[in-house]
Amino acid sequence: MKKVLLVVMLLALLSVGIVSAQDKPFKVAVVMPSSTTDLAWSQSIYDALVTIQTEMGGEEAMEIAYTENMFDVTAAAQALRDYAEEGYDLVIAHGTQYGTSLFELASDYPDTSFAWGTAEDTGEDEGLTNIFAYQADAEQGGYVNGVMAAMFSETGTIGIVGPVPAGDALLYINGFIQGVNATNPDADVLLAYTGGFGDTAAAAEVAQTQIAAGADVLTGSAQQVVGAIEAVKAVDGFWFGTQSDQSLNWSENVVASQVYDWVPTLEDMIANIQYGELGGTAYTLTLENGGLTFAYGEVEVPDEIKDAAQAAIDSIIAGDIVVRQSLVEEATPEATVAS
Amino acid sequence: MNFGDVLAQALPLTILFATPYLFAALGEVFVQRSGVLNLGVEGMMLMGAFTAIYAVSSKGMGADPVVGLLIAAGVGGLMGLAMAFVSVTLQAEQGISGIGFTLFGLGLSSLLFKLLAGGVITAQGFQPIHIPFLSDIPVIGKILFQQNILVYLAFALVPILMWVLNRTKWGLQIRAVGQNPAAADSMGVNVALVRYATVIFGGIMAGIAGASLSIAATPIFQENMTEGRGFIAVALVYFGGWSPFRVMLGALLFSIANNLQIWAQILNVEIAGSTIPPNLLIMVPYILTIAVLVFTRQRKQNEPAALTKPFQRGEN
Repeated sequence: MKKVLLVVMLLALLSVGIVSAQDKPFKVAVVMPSSTTDLAWSQSIYDALVTIQTEMGGEEAMEIAYTENMFDVTAAAQALRDYAEEGYDLVIAHGTQYGTSLFELASDYPDTSFAWGTAEDTGEDEGLTNIFAYQADAEQGGYVNGVMAAMFSETGTIGIVGPVPAGDALLYINGFIQGVNATNPDADVLLAYTGGFGDTAAAAEVAQTQIAAGADVLTGSAQQVVGAIEAVKAVDGFWFGTQSDQSLNWSENVVASQVYDWVPTLEDMIANIQYGELGGTAYTLTLENGGLTFAYGEVEVPDEIKDAAQAAIDSIIAGDIVVRQSLVEEATPEATVAS
Repeated sequence: MNFGDVLAQALPLTILFATPYLFAALGEVFVQRSGVLNLGVEGMMLMGAFTAIYAVSSKGMGADPVVGLLIAAGVGGLMGLAMAFVSVTLQAEQGISGIGFTLFGLGLSSLLFKLLAGGVITAQGFQPIHIPFLSDIPVIGKILFQQNILVYLAFALVPILMWVLNRTKWGLQIRAVGQNPAAADSMGVNVALVRYATVIFGGIMAGIAGASLSIAATPIFQENMTEGRGFIAVALVYFGGWSPFRVMLGALLFSIANNLQIWAQILNVEIAGSTIPPNLLIMVPYILTIAVLVFTRQRKQNEPAALTKPFQRGEN
């Protein structure tokens, strides 16, 4: 009698398990270096997840968990492990710096799908099949912003407020400089880095210094730029943004922003996971695949500048303009072989 | 641009961005001269910075900047009171409890920022005041007399605090408590009371320092926006040999080194034919601070003998 009862109970439990597995929402967790409202890198992925959640039918269809401000890589690794342990379907490490710990995790949890960016390494060489990688060709939108900024500037002096010379910020800055130089070779580009990502006051000081040196149009990357935009606003100057739409708070100063649209990338990942492919694909946002888009504020943009921007976008997509990721001329293949 | 032009442009910003360091470090001079080390300055600055801009911003209370300043000072003072309770009454290890207050301020300001503001918060803060006639003087006018009210206040406090510390009975009591609390106690000075007063004063100054960032120098708030400025302020106290005047010189030196390295970056300054990597330039102010700290060890005559030592009657 006891045995029968046990079997019945087990069956009951099993059936509950099967039913809930069917209704179970898709669970996504993301660990990010700043906040979901940073108007930059972290917000770009969070906004995309929320968009997908709405499309899928709300919280019952998709669950989003996130951990913000993980500038400490060790703490981030712990958070990622916790999410994997809790059975999340997709665990996203939204920062290059989290890579090392992610590869370790992926082999510990082969049934969980992981994603990380800025990166292109899916761990195939190490035999891992459950990692997606993603990155943005930020130099492409940087070039377009540079074209517009060169035409927008009356003083011919343009400031760039950089965080540290690395990652997608460096790509963006290099693209921007190429765009400016291609449009107005006489323009003065004033570039300075703050040495961090979140120091709004340092970004403001850099921007104010560039303005004192004659800059009337500025740009920059990372979550600290809000301090720089505020400095631009104080002198009624103009700003070109990247990563997220920065015109929302400063519609009269932010002319255009390159926006990272991770929605198609994430949708493809989720589709793959549901199909049983837990990784192996590297995604890149480009102008061509629609991952890089532009958002405009309320600043009146003359038609000739809009046309020039569109022409630059078209040329990049067509391959007539090749925006280099580095400012140093790339060595020819022969030269590489010779060395 | 020649160096003179650069300096003329760099100095107004040097003075503006030296102000937060100056407020925080002046407060810390008093704290340390009474024998207490407060490493919680950073957290108190963050709380001051957030509460000030929340009071002023239209997203928050929409109050006058003066109200924001008073709230920041009050919040800093409350944190100072808590720090005094921990370090004076409970006699906890000061370095550790100070770091605790820094982490507390970082966490609480981030939490309040998320709950109350939700996202980037901006405000119409203190505007530059052009002092009549003086602000029209070429070059000097722009450097000294077109700043916001908090800049004038910070620099006006330097001689006032020097006078209080060196020429008044209060100052004598503070110095006595910091040098030899047992002797001060036997002369009838209430050691605990003096230390409570200085630590609360230090908290008020740290709160104002935060407000001078968030509602004056750059009217915006982001989580952890002080980025270590509170610790630089503590270093400046050692750097300045516990003298308000030399602390002011230290704040100005640090600030001008920082602004000139930005200029070196944007002008692509070259040494021996190659540009200097930005990462190296960003380090210059910090290297300079360490170098001066090392070379000014003889200034230690002002160092409070009882610094970091809790006082218990009959034991010291």
